[in-house]
Amino acid sequence: MKEKIIKKEQIGSWLEGLGKDYEIWAPVKKKGLVHFHHIESTKEIHFDFLNSKKTPKDLFFPQSEVLFSFAKEEVETTPQKARIIFAIRPCDAKSLALLDQVFDSEDYQDPYYVQRREGTLLLGMACTHPQRSCFCTSVKGGPFEKAHLDLLMADLGDGRYFVEALTERGEDLMEKDDSLQDPQKEERGKLAKVKEEAEKKVKSKLAMEGLEKKLDEIFDSSFWDRVHQKCLGCGICTYLCSTCHCFALLDEKDKCGVQRVRSWDSCMFPEFTLEASGHNPRISNRERMRQRVMHKFNYFVKRYGETACVGCGRCIQNCPVNMDIREIIEEIENERPLPS
Amino acid sequence: MNDLYRPRLVTIRKTVIENEARDIKTFELVFLEQKDREKFKFDCGQFAMLSVPGAGESPIGIASSPLDDEYLHFTVKRYSTGVVTTALHGLEEESQIGVRGPYGNFYPLKAMQDKNILIVGGGFAFTTLRSTIRYLLHDKNRSRFKDITVFYGARSPGELIYKSELKEWEKRGDVNMYVTVDRGEESWKGRVGLVPNVLKEAAPSSENSMALVCGPPIMLKYTMPPLLDLGFSPERIITSMERRMSCGIGKCGRCNIASKFVCKDGPVFTYKELRDLPEAAV
Repeated sequence: MKEKIIKKEQIGSWLEGLGKDYEIWAPVKKKGLVHFHHIESTKEIHFDFLNSKKTPKDLFFPQSEVLFSFAKEEVETTPQKARIIFAIRPCDAKSLALLDQVFDSEDYQDPYYVQRREGTLLLGMACTHPQRSCFCTSVKGGPFEKAHLDLLMADLGDGRYFVEALTERGEDLMEKDDSLQDPQKEERGKLAKVKEEAEKKVKSKLAMEGLEKKLDEIFDSSFWDRVHQKCLGCGICTYLCSTCHCFALLDEKDKCGVQRVRSWDSCMFPEFTLEASGHNPRISNRERMRQRVMHKFNYFVKRYGETACVGCGRCIQNCPVNMDIREIIEEIENERPLPS
Repeated sequence: MNDLYRPRLVTIRKTVIENEARDIKTFELVFLEQKDREKFKFDCGQFAMLSVPGAGESPIGIASSPLDDEYLHFTVKRYSTGVVTTALHGLEEESQIGVRGPYGNFYPLKAMQDKNILIVGGGFAFTTLRSTIRYLLHDKNRSRFKDITVFYGARSPGELIYKSELKEWEKRGDVNMYVTVDRGEESWKGRVGLVPNVLKEAAPSSENSMALVCGPPIMLKYTMPPLLDLGFSPERIITSMERRMSCGIGKCGRCNIASKFVCKDGPVFTYKELRDLPEAAV
């Protein structure tokens, strides 16, 4: 696939050209927080970001959306313009591939998600400054990981970006600007160097092998009595997780009628599994914490063959009581299985 | 294209209050559009999501037989804490509600062919078993199965559901009925005793047999040991589970028992499968 070099000052005109055919979404800093927003001008882009506070998963699976209204026969869907997400991080791109397994499964395809996913191109931005909470390399990712992207850009640190097309759609985008230069040996050398440096910065190394099996063995262990103790059950880890996808279908009623709404939900909330009879199979925080860990590192692996974690570290950065999933994983590894 | 979560409209043609406490009601539903009924092909043991617009959706087992092709039956217990079940119970006949499904797997009717069938039910968890009994006893099907034996119990005579049908089945010569109540009353002439005890006493043969068991967790707990003692292997004991659900199609993430989704991998599980799931607690 094609490779090009783009200068930082060229990015604006390139994206603006693409803006004729696509809606551009990019990292924008508002009120001190970086999020992916629909941009009108490339001047809004906040290049100097580590990662967005919230994951871009809500561009495909919004925190809350009306699925349909009971009054009307058909939902009026305005045909969506194709979108580009500019500067999505490789970890977040990987999370979308994991969500595909759920929402675009063989038996039931979720039309809301699938339509958005098919109509969106992912222009990745390699991570040159992984954070202390990052552990993508432990979960089959990396700061320069190309999988699931249409195109990967990498900041060479000298005002230029190395751009590699990874799909035909990505290549088409690159060809829209004919002023881009072909990379030379020097730039390739630089790319290899920044990549190596970035990978070195991902300091957390977790031994993930055997984790799934270990979790089977310690399901009834007293480990779970201990590990949840300081958790407040606030659910921020699930809301900011790029792979969490649990939701609730709820009805909202007003003068105009009834709408069925889908909203994110969290396995950390007691109501998540509370039944009408009053019975709750996950009665305390112990069971709920276990469910969160099991779902990511055991159940999802059993069902889809992959870990439902991309190592983005958002749950670590944002936990109000400093729970750290890396420590939990390490503790699990050191836990002795119960005698069978 | 947006059909995945949209329920089909049905009319409540008839309702039957099933018990003395008046909190268990059977709803007879007919689709507004015939094509929706034709598309709604189901097997015994499956469930559907019932929608009351404004209240929400709940997963309910299908209580009619697949051969009852004019209507669908759902028997719903009302809980004061249950938003949808309370709303459903408040609806008049001729009201419209929504049905989405059918979902989940079903009882292994193919494997049950040419075998003796033991059906053990308790309380109001008798709904998909009732669907199955209706199906098995249908003229078209009865000869495909050997002996059919039904154990069914409730707390008190007034809490037995499908009373008129139980009487009809008791009159038939081709099904052995053991109807029992935990506590009798003066007017009650039938059996008194807990289901597991009545089962132990009757000791049905496990030879060439399969058992379908559905009831409250406490009944399941005490029914499995006598079944094993009678010689039913865990693979030939079939049961059905319930969990809170939102989507019914394996996406919303809440109804799992360990790695299995009740909505998709269940609700029907063999006892063997459940014993291997740490969270099942049976």
